[in-house]
Amino acid sequence: MELSRRDALAALSAAGVGSIAGCAAPTATGPDGGESAGGGRASETASVVGDHELETLVAVAEVVYPSAVSGVDDFVRTYTGGRVDGAGDYAAGVADAVAVLDDYATELYGGEYATRSREDRADALDYMSVDAVDPDPDGTDAQRVRHYVVNELLYALYTSPTGASLAGLENPPGHPGGTESYRTGPE
Amino acid sequence: MSGGIDRTPSPRADVCIVGAGPAGALVAAALSSAGYDVVVLDAGPRFDPEDRNDRMERYLRPGIDAPVWDTDPERDAYTSSGDRYYPLNAARVKGIGGSTLHWQGMVMRLHEQDFALASATGMADDWPLDYDDLRPYYAAAEEELSVSGASDNPFAPPREQPHPLPAFPPSYSDSLFAEACEAVGLTTHSVPNARNSEPADGASACVGYGTCKPVCPSGAKYDATRHVDAAEANGARVVDRAPVQRLEHDADGDRVTAAVYATPDDTEHRQAAREFVVAAGGVETPRLLLLSESEAYPNGLANSSGLVGRYFMDHLFAGMGGTLDEPTRQKHVGFNTTESHQFYNRPDDSRTAIKLEFLNYAGPAPADIALTADSFGDELLAEIRDGYGRHIAMGALVEQLPRKENRIRLDPSRTDDHENPVPDVVWSLDDTTRRTIERANEIQRAVLAELGVDIGWTVGPENTGPAYHHMGTTRMGTDPAESVVDPQLRTHDLANLTLAGSSVFVTGGAMNPTLTIAALSLKAADHVEERL
Repeated sequence: MELSRRDALAALSAAGVGSIAGCAAPTATGPDGGESAGGGRASETASVVGDHELETLVAVAEVVYPSAVSGVDDFVRTYTGGRVDGAGDYAAGVADAVAVLDDYATELYGGEYATRSREDRADALDYMSVDAVDPDPDGTDAQRVRHYVVNELLYALYTSPTGASLAGLENPPGHPGGTESYRTGPE
Repeated sequence: MSGGIDRTPSPRADVCIVGAGPAGALVAAALSSAGYDVVVLDAGPRFDPEDRNDRMERYLRPGIDAPVWDTDPERDAYTSSGDRYYPLNAARVKGIGGSTLHWQGMVMRLHEQDFALASATGMADDWPLDYDDLRPYYAAAEEELSVSGASDNPFAPPREQPHPLPAFPPSYSDSLFAEACEAVGLTTHSVPNARNSEPADGASACVGYGTCKPVCPSGAKYDATRHVDAAEANGARVVDRAPVQRLEHDADGDRVTAAVYATPDDTEHRQAAREFVVAAGGVETPRLLLLSESEAYPNGLANSSGLVGRYFMDHLFAGMGGTLDEPTRQKHVGFNTTESHQFYNRPDDSRTAIKLEFLNYAGPAPADIALTADSFGDELLAEIRDGYGRHIAMGALVEQLPRKENRIRLDPSRTDDHENPVPDVVWSLDDTTRRTIERANEIQRAVLAELGVDIGWTVGPENTGPAYHHMGTTRMGTDPAESVVDPQLRTHDLANLTLAGSSVFVTGGAMNPTLTIAALSLKAADHVEERL
């Protein structure tokens, strides 16, 4: 199932960045100063969430998202672009969590997280116990990775119509999908 | 001044209202519309509507500890010393709009029998007014709240006109229940919702965020900021972060002279007015009266009866749910569309009222499962598919009769952020309420069994909890020895002190209380206006 830009914008709405929807496409910026994330604090966000961080988020998404979805790269970049523009603390938290992942992967495999194979990336999350900890933005390394990276990505996917539809819910909580679908039966 | 906001008293006020929830906001809008100078003081902040999406995320995401509506553990401190623990802060909001910011938005009229329960069954007490007295105010309240509803409820009391907006149609989940309900002889009908089925009052129609309780980002669910806005447009002053510490009265103890309130810069102010309306809910209203003790009123203001804080009531939740072997289409919206009031009226004194609900939000949503799962990728999706989609459930509100021992009192051993004793909620369940919860469970079990549900959970007498409808603590009556306010909602003791809200309820029925709060508030506003 293809994730669309609309899905990313819908997820942004659920993530408290409602004003993004309907505006110019939010795109995260690269270290060389590309297009900014919806305007706003482009230079500020560029310094903490750049191409490397986005690449790492996509690399994590490929592990935690089901194989049934496609378009992950664009979805994650659009969502994250709007998100880092929406909150400075969030951007710093993401950058910190990515650094944690990189340190861990480097120690374990001798290379940054995004450079590793899918199997290594899944194992790294497993070895860190990211699957077993409660999310906490101020917690341990694993808890921060769970909060800022894994749960952020899962929240984006499963509050979007396409993501939740994988389980049969096309209007998930957090998504303003109207008042028609609750009346209709399953396909 | 604090933060550029003027929180000093108004030099001339006709009316001072304590509390900017639905009761206070409706009174403020009505009296300011009539041309009176109105000041509203609220303990909590003014919330920015732009923050509602952030508040929704707080609700949807585990790991974010910030309370959705900024509950403050010091400001909102309380104790609970009854047989049953009472989680007071679970669903109340201090701030402009009050707990309607959090509520679900179900708005039913009480039934005729509710006003004459003692006469009909021998239980509890009659109200000093009947349904016909309140009927025009119910109609007005439905207009004010732009209620979406249909006149299809054969058990409802008589009404004079359609609801302002059409009802939300039944859900797919409701259709699954329909045959089973028919088979067991249970008649169902629509639910009146204070939620726009069409655009109204400057707000859109519901867009289906599905997070009504605790926050509606679109504003399609009614909250009292609509009437705060109306009051302010009429010239009323609404002052946030101004907790009233006590009410002062004249030398004879006949009239309130001022509301003494604190501001964020630690200054105390006195707001004088001709009339005072306390509309701070079923807990803070009696607490303020108790905090306002004086030589004339050593047991608390307006408490000659000794009943301020007594007869605290809530509704109890009874529920049952499980799974079906087919999709049930839950979690698309956060409100219900079908109910049954068939078991509402009490046949005798064997049980109290039951309001049956058919939930549209049973079980977890995909994100609920994903964010707490210990698996990822395809394995996680399999877990989500297994966990979402086949849940189905019924709920019920059950009436709790007023009992003197259930009460709000002051706890002198603990103080809030202004050194005032916190409220102590003394709450327990009686046998009649337990029996009624069991009866509700019996009906639910019959329906779910007929439907073929694999029943997985039950909320019965042992694990029930409150619906956070605080009622009864300054009850209404004609006898000053047996009640706190008269049928005009004015205290028996002080001629210019009105109490608006659920604290004046004599009995609570099993209907969500806000429409009755609104109706009584409009009635109170009429009586205040007559005196001004």
